[in-house]
Amino acid sequence: MLCRHLSRLVPILVLVVLGAGLVGAVATPSALAAPFRVGIVLDKGGKDDKSFNAAAFKGAQEAEKKLGVTTKILEGRDDNSAEPMLRSLADKKFDLIIAIGFSQADAVKKVAAQYPGSHFVLADAEVKAPNVESLMFEEHQAAFLVGMIAALSSKTGKVGFIGGMDIPLIRRFQMGYEAGVKHANAKTQVIVNYVGVTGEAWNNPPKGKELALAQYAGGADVIFAAAGATGSGVFDAAEEKKKLAIGCDSNQNWVKPGFVLTSLLKRLDLAVFKTIADAKQGIYKTGTTRYGLSDQGVDFAVDEFNAKILSKDVIAKANAAKAAILAGKVQVPDYYKLAHTK
Amino acid sequence: MIKSRSKDAIWRALRPVIAASVGLLVGVAFTAMAGEQPWNVLRVILKGAFGSTYDLGLTLFYTTPIILTGLAVALPIKAGLFNIGAEGQLNMGALAVAAVGILCPQVPQPWNILLAVTAGFAAGAFWGSIPGWLKAYRGSHEVITTIMLNFIAAGLTGWAVLALLPSLDSQNPESARIAPSYLLQHFSWFGDAPVTWALPMAVAAAVLVWVLFRFTIPGFKLTATGLSPEAAQVSGISVRFQQWLALTLGGGLAGLVGVAEVMGNSGRFRIGFSPDYGFIGIPVALLAGAHPLGLVFSALLFGALQKGTAELDLETTYVTRDLAAMIQAMVVLAVSAEGGLTLWRRHRLAAKSMKPTRVKD
Repeated sequence: MLCRHLSRLVPILVLVVLGAGLVGAVATPSALAAPFRVGIVLDKGGKDDKSFNAAAFKGAQEAEKKLGVTTKILEGRDDNSAEPMLRSLADKKFDLIIAIGFSQADAVKKVAAQYPGSHFVLADAEVKAPNVESLMFEEHQAAFLVGMIAALSSKTGKVGFIGGMDIPLIRRFQMGYEAGVKHANAKTQVIVNYVGVTGEAWNNPPKGKELALAQYAGGADVIFAAAGATGSGVFDAAEEKKKLAIGCDSNQNWVKPGFVLTSLLKRLDLAVFKTIADAKQGIYKTGTTRYGLSDQGVDFAVDEFNAKILSKDVIAKANAAKAAILAGKVQVPDYYKLAHTK
Repeated sequence: MIKSRSKDAIWRALRPVIAASVGLLVGVAFTAMAGEQPWNVLRVILKGAFGSTYDLGLTLFYTTPIILTGLAVALPIKAGLFNIGAEGQLNMGALAVAAVGILCPQVPQPWNILLAVTAGFAAGAFWGSIPGWLKAYRGSHEVITTIMLNFIAAGLTGWAVLALLPSLDSQNPESARIAPSYLLQHFSWFGDAPVTWALPMAVAAAVLVWVLFRFTIPGFKLTATGLSPEAAQVSGISVRFQQWLALTLGGGLAGLVGVAEVMGNSGRFRIGFSPDYGFIGIPVALLAGAHPLGLVFSALLFGALQKGTAELDLETTYVTRDLAAMIQAMVVLAVSAEGGLTLWRRHRLAAKSMKPTRVKD
């Protein structure tokens, strides 16, 4: 849903996927059976959104290549098209039906109830039903780490956050980020801006650039952009002003090498691949599967493109914080939980 | 004389049909370049739109708002104005319907529906009345003001939904749910497709607009304003008031989309719910030559295309969402070219026939 920038796979990812693929291939010798069919319904962003949907698409392609499954990718056209698409896939008895994006939650809930014989997977939202698995990501944990990285790399003592559309999901990023900044340096200030309140906010690079220039002018020297394709405007501003930006969802370090400090990674491609691999072996999960720091479902990106600007010392501190979070020694505030208790 | 006139009428009725068919065929021909069987593509579109009662229901579901936005464009056209603001007007209407549904859950059964429908119409009408007033009394061109107000409406409704009526049970950008008593019952014949009384309401609105122009004096005044503002002014019609009225009524009709969407479908205001219904209304109105009843059928065509082409993604190998959109676009292009030409000619003919009686003021 977020940051729609094309990511290049880091070699590590390739290895991980290869490894998972090999495991899958060894474990499923039944090549004679009818092909295992996976239907994937992307949301309005479509497979070329260079971010969330693109990641799902990539995971599906990997699965097709490595696991020998057949995939059918459908792209939602409007808010009402997901439901008939999910229903058509269920009618055609697809072995696994994956819905990408929280906007499909209502549709999945409804269709899953009508097709108890089909199995559904929903990414980025939770639906509780016996034939639905929900894939959730612990974005706030990774946001905490990039917040630390931002604060530790800042020379001015001010860092920025630019959110796309003002929705709870992005508030979750913001809250984790702010906590990470304060954890690293309690004196560092955070300047926060949101691009807008409509879907257009995901796709407005000029506005992103404008906000980023204003934040840089206000003294910030590192800006985290959780704003979809709008983020590219933030990267432009970073290059223009010779400051730093942080990417989101996919690895965007390569977009403006030397100006993208790191990227928050949300590995939907891994999650989709793993879900398909499991299902092919007959493992259909229900309930919520959470991807967090522990399984690299979320992380921050270190590669050759940011090696020169991201210091080893900062990486070491971030990794130490990661270990502390995993050990339960550091608690990262979760906007979802706070919002529920309100 | 009579013979040639009836021939003329047939020709006039046939032309938009031919235009739409040409557009569809050209669009489908593109799929051949992508490696599909064009006839198979056509078959999938038809089957997707009308193949089962559920498919038909979804086609009618898409048709309902398009009838209303088609009317929202057609009515001002009759008065010589071009309303490109239906998108904003329907957003305002939907916001009003959602607000009533959320804030007034206590209103008893038949009255709450009436209240919500009135609110939707009034909010759309208010949004249409702004460019109407600007046009009539300040001379601002309605094409510019209606377009600009679309953006303002998007921002305003987005803010209102998230700040004043936020949904607490989901993270979609949408409002809270309206009270259950406001939800319109789905017609069971269409399975799960959300076809409700909103469809007969939209058709009734079309009939009402037709009656307005065919049989009533207010309708005649609007028509006179559209054909020749000068002549209308001289005959004692307040052109300014008619222009204001036309855009206001058009806005109200677009506002009724809120009833179909909020009460008939989602039960809430979802930001960005409209796949450009307001803009689809333009070719719909043009295809029908702004005729309120003919427009119901052109709306059905566009509803069928919206639903039918959605099926291509699943049923064919190479046709993606974008190629499907291209098929729709070719139909819009062919229809707009034809419809625009017809309207322009009619306007010129009318202006010509008015000339001898034109009086300088």
